[in-house]
Amino acid sequence: MELNQLTAHELLEKLKARQTTPKAILDSLHARIQKVEPKVKAYVRLDEPSLSKGIKIRKEELGGLPITIKDNICTEGLPTECCSKILQGFRPPYDATVINKLKESGAAIFPLKANMDEFAFGSSCENSYFGPTHNPWNLDCVPGGSSGGSAAAVASDEAIWALGSDTGGSIRQPASFCGVVGLKPTYGRVSRFGLIAFASSLDQIGPITKDVRDAAILTGIISGYDPLDSTSVNQGVPDYTKSLSGDIKGLKIGIPKEYFVAGLDAEVKIIIEEAVNKLKNLGAVTNQVSLPHTEYAVPVYYIIATAEASSNLARFDGVQYGYRAQSDNLIQMYKLTRAQGFGREAKRRIRLGTFVLSHGYYDAYYLLALKVRTLIKQDFDKVFRDFDCIVAPTSPTSAFKIGERAQDPLKMYLSDIYTISVNLAGIPAISVPCGFTKKGLPVGLQIMARPFNEEMLFRAAHTFEQNTDWHKLKPRL
Amino acid sequence: MSIDKETIKHVAHLARIELQPNELEKLSGELHEILGFIDKLKYLNVEQVKPTSHILPISNILREDKPHVSLATEKALENAPSKKGNFFSVPKIIE
Amino acid sequence: MKYQTVIGLEVHLQLNTKTKAFCGCSTDFGKAPNSNVCPVCLGFPGTLPVYNRQALNSAIKLALAFGCQIQEHTKFDRKNYFYPDLPKNYQISQFDLPLSRNGYLDIYSQDGPKRIGITRVHLEEDAGKLIHETGVSLVDFNRTGIPLLEIVSEPDLNSPQEAFDYLTSLKSIIEYLDVSDCDMEKGSLRCDANISLRLCGAGELGVKTELKNMNSFKGVKDALTFEVERQTRLLEASQKMIQETRLWDVEKGATIAMRTKEGAKDYRYFPDPDLTVFIIDQSMVSHIKAQLPELPREKMRRFVKEYGLTEYDAKILVSSKNDAEFAESCIQDYPGKDKKEMVNWLIGPLLSEANLRKRKLHELNLDKNELISLIGFVGRQDISHLSAKSVLSQLIDTGKSARDLIQEGNLQQISNADALLEVIETVIQENAKSVSDFKAGKTNALMYLVGQVMKKSSGKANPKVVGELIRRRLADA
Repeated sequence: MELNQLTAHELLEKLKARQTTPKAILDSLHARIQKVEPKVKAYVRLDEPSLSKGIKIRKEELGGLPITIKDNICTEGLPTECCSKILQGFRPPYDATVINKLKESGAAIFPLKANMDEFAFGSSCENSYFGPTHNPWNLDCVPGGSSGGSAAAVASDEAIWALGSDTGGSIRQPASFCGVVGLKPTYGRVSRFGLIAFASSLDQIGPITKDVRDAAILTGIISGYDPLDSTSVNQGVPDYTKSLSGDIKGLKIGIPKEYFVAGLDAEVKIIIEEAVNKLKNLGAVTNQVSLPHTEYAVPVYYIIATAEASSNLARFDGVQYGYRAQSDNLIQMYKLTRAQGFGREAKRRIRLGTFVLSHGYYDAYYLLALKVRTLIKQDFDKVFRDFDCIVAPTSPTSAFKIGERAQDPLKMYLSDIYTISVNLAGIPAISVPCGFTKKGLPVGLQIMARPFNEEMLFRAAHTFEQNTDWHKLKPRL
Repeated sequence: MSIDKETIKHVAHLARIELQPNELEKLSGELHEILGFIDKLKYLNVEQVKPTSHILPISNILREDKPHVSLATEKALENAPSKKGNFFSVPKIIE
Repeated sequence: MKYQTVIGLEVHLQLNTKTKAFCGCSTDFGKAPNSNVCPVCLGFPGTLPVYNRQALNSAIKLALAFGCQIQEHTKFDRKNYFYPDLPKNYQISQFDLPLSRNGYLDIYSQDGPKRIGITRVHLEEDAGKLIHETGVSLVDFNRTGIPLLEIVSEPDLNSPQEAFDYLTSLKSIIEYLDVSDCDMEKGSLRCDANISLRLCGAGELGVKTELKNMNSFKGVKDALTFEVERQTRLLEASQKMIQETRLWDVEKGATIAMRTKEGAKDYRYFPDPDLTVFIIDQSMVSHIKAQLPELPREKMRRFVKEYGLTEYDAKILVSSKNDAEFAESCIQDYPGKDKKEMVNWLIGPLLSEANLRKRKLHELNLDKNELISLIGFVGRQDISHLSAKSVLSQLIDTGKSARDLIQEGNLQQISNADALLEVIETVIQENAKSVSDFKAGKTNALMYLVGQVMKKSSGKANPKVVGELIRRRLADA
């Protein structure tokens, strides 16, 4: 095995035992990138100077281990463009809190940033200004989105591990499509300071990794209260690796019937059912449960997320940073900058969000959505009174073909049908590899838990993973 | 619900996104379709339901009134597409 | 009067916190452009706001001082509009759940006291500054994010003078609370006005005009006075009024219609997801209430009660907090039994000296002990009241002691009968007519004779003693 193929915890042990060096790890990554990046296109701005010249190892804990960052997380002095033309050339004068935490733990921030749907608007990574990323398991397919670059980089061993962000499934769905592990932490668990906002009440940064142990380690590093983020919660961060007990005997698992209806791909359904059986065999107790407002999650999401986005993205106007269209009239400068700087999906969502907040429509759309959000949250509260976790598919299908859904926004929005409710309810959820379709595309199992009970996710996902081999398979590139 | 072209124009203006006349028809249809999909919410009875705008039950998050080190002016202006002296510069405001 | 004037005022007040509302940047006035800025107040992508505790305290203090009800639940909303002085292109403000409502402010107009309703006091943030040059506008974000309060009055004001009195009174209270500099010239207090006219007795309000761009209390009064006349003329000529915004032009002494803006404003308010709600419970309110200083009205009542001042005199003294404190310490230290002596000096000669110098009482830097000593000299008839006034003026200008000034100016009053009798004799000889008039019972003649003695003694004779001596001398004759 090459160094770049190992997990972070395997490399950390090697570093600790002085069997390798950060430079050797970087070299193996660069060699891999040289070889497969032309096919996968997980990274953007490949001309950014390499990191290998000056890694500062600040601390033993991560010993200079490189980490790949999604292009919407601010890295001081490194371009952070959300894969949008409108942020062309933007180099933030500050680091996101998660980047600070990583640096303090001794991680090296990989200077190439991961591709994504522009401003995280999408489920396929096709909405990137830099063009799509390709699924390492089948280059004709999408890697999922919006953190498609992060997931593809980890799956193709172009990264050791990575950070993504998840607003409606943007970590879990690409993790599922690429056969890696992805966690969306509880809302408020990880600071959002420095994450370029899509929908502030839903966004969370989370890990995309090769196995559950790496996810537990990385979550432990990036979590915790941040005085710079009013919505981060002041609650201690446990050592998540301690929850990797390998034992789920007696665990009460709810299987939501609304997630197994029309729209769920038959092959995916079978794979998920087998995974549920596996959990049962490992000692868990499963029961069917109901999350009755599931069908409303997508519409509620598209109202709330676009409304918040329309306001969050108003700042991209060509005044302080990024792209500016030339005009000698301010309003025209605004309009042209935004018409030329934003891609099609970004404009679509900004318009929709502007509309649902506009005079005369607020109550009919936005306020109504906030109320239904309450109902969706209550659905989960009710199930979690009796169950430790909920298990469901991460996505109704495996990775689809590039271009297949690009012309149909509604169909694309429905890709997130199983991931969105989690964001609306603010709860944590993980996607862990649980099988492959006949065409060789990965399928992810989603596990959800009570707020701030990431330990439950790691425990269940780790136990499942350690009793299966799906996470060990590598795409042939 | 149906969305007239005036609404599309109004929204485009509010969002400050230039609209090409030939886009009108397409956008109106597109928004119409998305709203049609959203409209299923209207059949829910939410009279007694309180809206959730913050999912967290936390409140009164405040910071102390202590100064931090501000950004150097050149750093603040570093990314600016256009500047003059220590100012950001924008085209004249013509309403 | 045919028409009734209806005025409502909207005051924007900068709080005098050390740092901005949502970040730690300094609020110092007059710094180099774009030097009091950071990624947060510049609205850089990824940054988040955290509200200033001191700003919230000051706001609650102010709202309580105006008798407002503090709302138990309050939150921040985003007010969305594009303008280059607004870096995020939304202003963090409050919409449907303002900090407080239903307060009042008492003003003392010519017709006696009047209670003006305060609709609401809410929290928001300031915008930056624009400098217009040929072809371009330059933006300075130093002011961006300074905590503001918006104080909205009911349309209870019925004349430009009442509006002026309202602002004076408002400023006086704010000064007592020490929550703002209240300096209209520096922009720490700004005021817009809504004004309409209606036929006296009419129920419905007339068409209103919004007035902006006044930069002094006098400017507000002048603009409103102009507007009353303008609207009266229009109504008299039966012309149709339109609802519009007009700008006050100090140079021209006129209001000028603002070029019409885009149709109806559509701010798309919605709860700011980046900030949590505030729950202001009773204990917090009573805690802050307990910290409230004595306010002008209470102080006035106490002055009346404790020092036997008339309400009129007390009102003058309490209008400025520092003046009131200076006055009170003078009154307390004044050894005489009748405190009224001191009060008369404060309200009379001292206030005229202050007005002459366009200063406040406390700004005269007058040593209260010298004032007390001066009043002592007058009380002991060592100097005349007239001389004492000139000594007072010199006390302020030179900082010398009263004793030295009296000596230097040779101002000791002559009360010694022997020294005066010679002059009196001369005057009696020279004014036979007046002497006979006095004897004929015309008391005015005595005043004339005293005046002549004063003249001959270069004003140093004690008029009381002189009068008595003349009376005795003429009675003897």
